[in-house]
Amino acid sequence: MNNEEFLLKIEKSIVEGNRDEAETLARKALEANMDLNKVIEKGYVPGIQKVGVLWEKGEYFLPELITSAECMKAVMAILQPELEKTNIKLASLGKVIIGTVEGDIHDIGKNLVASILSANGFDVIDLGADVKLEKFIKIAESEEADLICLSALLTTTMIGQKKVIETLNERNLSGQFKVLVGGAPVTQKWADDIGADGYGENAMIAVKVAKNLMGK
Amino acid sequence: MIQSVRPSIKLLSKEFIEKIIDEAFVILEREGVFVENKEALELLREAGMRVDQSSQRVHITSQLVEDCLSSTPSSLKMFDRECIKDYTVGENCVHFNPGSAAITIFDHKTSEERKAVTIDLVKFYCLTDCLEHIHFQSTGLVSSDVPEMVSDSYRLYLGLQYSSKPVVTGTFRVEGFKPMFDMLAAVRGSRKKLAEKPLAIFDACPSPPLKWSNLTTQSLIDCARAGIPSELVSMGMTGATSPITIEGTLVQHVAENLSGIVICQLAEKGTPVIFGGSPSSFDMRKGTTPMGAIETMMIDSAYTQIGKRLNLPTHAYMGLSDSKIIDSQAGFETGIGTILAALAGVNIISGPGMMNFESCQSLEKLAIDNEICGMAYRLIEGISQREEPLAQNLFEGFTSETHFLSMAHTRKWYRKEHTFPKLIDRDTYDYWVSLGKKSISDRASEEIDELLQKNPPTILPDDVTKELQKIMLSDAKKYGISSLPELKQ
Repeated sequence: MNNEEFLLKIEKSIVEGNRDEAETLARKALEANMDLNKVIEKGYVPGIQKVGVLWEKGEYFLPELITSAECMKAVMAILQPELEKTNIKLASLGKVIIGTVEGDIHDIGKNLVASILSANGFDVIDLGADVKLEKFIKIAESEEADLICLSALLTTTMIGQKKVIETLNERNLSGQFKVLVGGAPVTQKWADDIGADGYGENAMIAVKVAKNLMGK
Repeated sequence: MIQSVRPSIKLLSKEFIEKIIDEAFVILEREGVFVENKEALELLREAGMRVDQSSQRVHITSQLVEDCLSSTPSSLKMFDRECIKDYTVGENCVHFNPGSAAITIFDHKTSEERKAVTIDLVKFYCLTDCLEHIHFQSTGLVSSDVPEMVSDSYRLYLGLQYSSKPVVTGTFRVEGFKPMFDMLAAVRGSRKKLAEKPLAIFDACPSPPLKWSNLTTQSLIDCARAGIPSELVSMGMTGATSPITIEGTLVQHVAENLSGIVICQLAEKGTPVIFGGSPSSFDMRKGTTPMGAIETMMIDSAYTQIGKRLNLPTHAYMGLSDSKIIDSQAGFETGIGTILAALAGVNIISGPGMMNFESCQSLEKLAIDNEICGMAYRLIEGISQREEPLAQNLFEGFTSETHFLSMAHTRKWYRKEHTFPKLIDRDTYDYWVSLGKKSISDRASEEIDELLQKNPPTILPDDVTKELQKIMLSDAKKYGISSLPELKQ
């Protein structure tokens, strides 16, 4: 198999959300000592991009979106140690702290956004659900994050998004991090009212908004 | 794997069904039916029935009815224009077709009814052709730009050119049969091929109570001899042209249908006949015939059950509305009727697109109703066992972090277990606002333009089109009509 075919196979494995195949190909690339940067940039990334296109065309729905994103995650878990060993730095679009705010245990939407952001080249730290507001800020500072993503599914917990932004303002940190908000009851108007930097109607839009905020 | 159950609905007990059938038999034998057609009266007399020539009343014995029932096929097959797809009409198969024959079209732009013209009929047929859940087309609109005398053949003339689907049609005049039969034979290749692979069903409506007009009787006889299935459309109106009680209307309905079956079988033994109708609950306040009334749907579902007991293919006018605009009433009446019809297992369901009793067709409503039909198909597919084990393996080692979105199981099954209608609004509020706060009929109107653009009709071979034109023109000329509206391909 030549290089081109191999890369196409990789792309296909991501488009089809075939995790076993995607992982097998990643291991093969390692064994064959291939240029991992190229494998990622010309194989896996075009795959996830194609998934995004299929989503926009209305051909792919949530299950395809997430299985493909999870494939990417699994592949990166295999390739990451090798990349670190050889000191290859992957171009990251930015570092993201994400979680569902305090008092809210709903995390399916947040998981989706985290997966898709990570699959699209963001460095994602997922704090989980019911995350203390202070923790978002603390971790964002220690990790030198670029973006803080706050998810809320309840009208009663949405207020947590507002509180995080207020706290950032009080501590003069608002210039340091961009804040994205999302979740079922959240609207663009709410995002504007509380002074969030961005809002994503769904996971794919969240990626676009995040990319825009990073100037990418 | 455990077999899925086909969801169904039954309105009558076995005992009740038998009682209704018994009374229908008694009426046919004792009181008889009116048959205003000489040829049919002659056939009945030859079969040994007591015929009163002056009143045109004929008494039909139970024995003859039984004989005719046993020679009527319990199911039949319809074939599309190209003989690529066939459809079984019988058992619990369900096929939707647009309600017929409207005299007006609902204009989306003005939100008003108006007379339909050729271009509307063309659009209507093209749209029917590309709607997934509408299996048959029907000559559902009357074109006001051709003289009334040829409006029956003209509908079919256009329908055959702009849709490949099997067609439910009918005559408006005794002379209408010949040109319509010729057109069907021209499309199929020959009369013999048409009889072997039916392309059209002809509706025939008795006049309640218990009368077969000359026109409809002739249609029954002509169709029987041509091997064209007749669909009997009895339409008693409770308390006006049939008894006020549902049971009473059912007795009359069954008697009318059985007498129609007898005429068909005497004309040609073994010819396919469909046990159908369009009865209604008559509104005593307004003097109207609501097709969306729950009682109308109860009568339809009940006679369907009787038709099945008699081992006949069935038809009903269900899944339509009396509303004058595309509003909540249009949606719920259509929705309830469509679901009930599917559950009752009506083989041919005429209704989609129809509103304002049976007088108006709407392209937008037809596109919306197509999605309701899709829901009905999903419902009667039932719940299938997909996997063994069902799901216990999915929970192996589950944690509080487990979710199902990323499971291969989800990706494998979600499109089979769930349907994704296009026009029904499932957007978030903000997204809906961003799209312009559109109503379902606005979305339907846009979708129609897109569908028609993407799916041009399959054109008939040149010689067939020319033959159709020839037949249509010669029919028109008999009435002194020398030209017909021009058709743009």
